[in-house]
Amino acid sequence: MRLTGKMPVPQKEKMNATFYISAAVAVLSTILVIVSRRAVHALLYFIVSLLAVAAMFYVMGAPFVAMLQVIIYAGAIMVLFLFVMMMINLGVDVRGPEQAWLRPSRLAGPAVLAGVLVAELVYVLAAGWKHSAAPVEVPPEQVGLAAFGPYVLGVELASLLLLAGLVGTYHLARGRREDKSPKEEQPR
Amino acid sequence: MTTVPMMHAMIVAAILLGLGLTGLLVRRNIMFTLLSIEIMLNGAGLAFIAAAAHWKQADGQVMYLFIITMAAVEVAVGLALVLQMYHHLRTLDLDAASSMKG
Repeated sequence: MRLTGKMPVPQKEKMNATFYISAAVAVLSTILVIVSRRAVHALLYFIVSLLAVAAMFYVMGAPFVAMLQVIIYAGAIMVLFLFVMMMINLGVDVRGPEQAWLRPSRLAGPAVLAGVLVAELVYVLAAGWKHSAAPVEVPPEQVGLAAFGPYVLGVELASLLLLAGLVGTYHLARGRREDKSPKEEQPR
Repeated sequence: MTTVPMMHAMIVAAILLGLGLTGLLVRRNIMFTLLSIEIMLNGAGLAFIAAAAHWKQADGQVMYLFIITMAAVEVAVGLALVLQMYHHLRTLDLDAASSMKG
């Protein structure tokens, strides 16, 4: 357990400012998620929201969870969303609209919000804060010890849940392929 | 004591949860419904992390691991259902899938 409470107070207050800026970015981008017209735009804003929440995790002394948020949530799960959107778009001829959706002007909003987060990141790195502002940062070792100590039953249940999800997804995807073949023979 | 008060992080978590619930109720596109559920799960995870930071324990982070596992499974099954629905109905409108409506 690292003690990082030795830093001077002004730095901590600046670190607090990064928390509130990240919170503002998260709330703003989440609002933009639910008012977006196109699902792709909503997805871009939601990724920004996830990154902002990851920054909040980091400031609150949970760097391991912040990494997980970026890698698993903003990485893997959002890529799943993106793939499904691409597969759905294949059915309709949307080549024209797609180019319009991805105009630079449509990307400006997420880019500006992500730029705020990048500015925070550069600021934190430039200030040389290796650890978060929380007096006691909970390290990954402690999380692992808790997960496989008192919460080992929960980990087993999570593995069961993952297996159920795998079987369920396989079943749904296989059923789709089976009744897809007779339909494709019909002229459209 | 953490420098960020727990109540502020909890307020942000509540705002995220409320926005997710609003999106869930307002939007009728099934992709937006799934995204709104993700927003709500994210808000719940933020609440857990804020509590973990306040009490300086790892329990909240373990709970976040469970939440993220559940979110991944939910997204996988949900998106498979979205593909099924799009295959059968050729639309993403949730109101179109109302054949079980009483």
